[in-house]
Amino acid sequence: MSDASLNSTETQTYEAGFGDYFALLKPRVMTLVVFTALVGMIAAPVSVHPIVGFAAILFIAVGGGASGALNMWWDADIDAVMKRTSKRPIPSGRVTADEAFAFGMTLAAFSVVMLALATNFLAAGLLAFTIFFYIVIYTMWLKRWTPQNIVIGGAAGAFPPMIGWAAATGSISVESILMFALIFMWTPPHFWALALFTKMDYDNAQVPMLTVTHGRRATRVHILVYTVLLAVLAVGLGFTSVGGPFYLAMAVFLNLRFLKGAVDIWRRDEDMAEADRFLAERKFFKASLIYLFAHFGAIAVEAMLASFGWGGW
Amino acid sequence: MSLSRQHEMHKRRFSRNLGLGLVLAAFVALVFGLTVAKVSNEDFVLPTGEETG
Repeated sequence: MSDASLNSTETQTYEAGFGDYFALLKPRVMTLVVFTALVGMIAAPVSVHPIVGFAAILFIAVGGGASGALNMWWDADIDAVMKRTSKRPIPSGRVTADEAFAFGMTLAAFSVVMLALATNFLAAGLLAFTIFFYIVIYTMWLKRWTPQNIVIGGAAGAFPPMIGWAAATGSISVESILMFALIFMWTPPHFWALALFTKMDYDNAQVPMLTVTHGRRATRVHILVYTVLLAVLAVGLGFTSVGGPFYLAMAVFLNLRFLKGAVDIWRRDEDMAEADRFLAERKFFKASLIYLFAHFGAIAVEAMLASFGWGGW
Repeated sequence: MSLSRQHEMHKRRFSRNLGLGLVLAAFVALVFGLTVAKVSNEDFVLPTGEETG
């Protein structure tokens, strides 16, 4: 836009600032990506040059951010009607959908090529697949089609530790698959708890969340079943080479607490939930965030203890 | 409105340009660091064409 056009403020379009583009990258989701990818890299039984490690995590984060921008480009119509997402850059008019698409595609290609140059082709291939999976399989296809959207789509968010591990070792192993599985199994109860207390949002946007298609009772049962399976997996990870006594103690404690939260949700009906404004569901959602960070934090602690000859089995 | 007057849009444009400039500078520094890290690795070997040429 030329400076002369400032005179006609009525026809002026909003020119996005740096922060508006940064918001397209979903910075909060990015923290999870950065943290889990970093743990995947630290837990790997190979030492990585600090600059190479830093670059790898950065490019994984940029790839994750690109996915966020492309997701916002495709889902702008849904975001506009959901209270939780209505202030995002596209529905609020700060960035156009075309700009978000160009920004996302450029960063996606950039992050994959740079990760390949900085580390190896396996890590870059996994990052490319993650972006493809999140945008095409989850956002474009499953999200608006099946109530299992969160279950399958959760795989996209589960790849970062596997990419971090692959960036360090150049391979895939049982440990990296189990770290993937931990996030994969954690995602459904995390999002279903959110769907229980933001109920009107998904109804309004006509997204086939489990709460909408199968009812809220079924969602409560699903949360409990997935939490039981998650507990088995999380504790099982403690017996692999990335686990150890510290991780195992943390996992047992966290999973007992998480299971109690899931049982509380399962035992409640809608009247009870309405009466205390979904207190148990909100607590479970918050606890789920701590749960994941604490598990990966414990894996990182085990790796650091191992470097002093203390951690592991 | 005078053309020299500071408009809110100019602030946003400046923030974008400054942000992009800093990101590009950081990227240059990162690529330099990566290059140093790669060539100082013990496993690093020059491509054969470079050696004979």
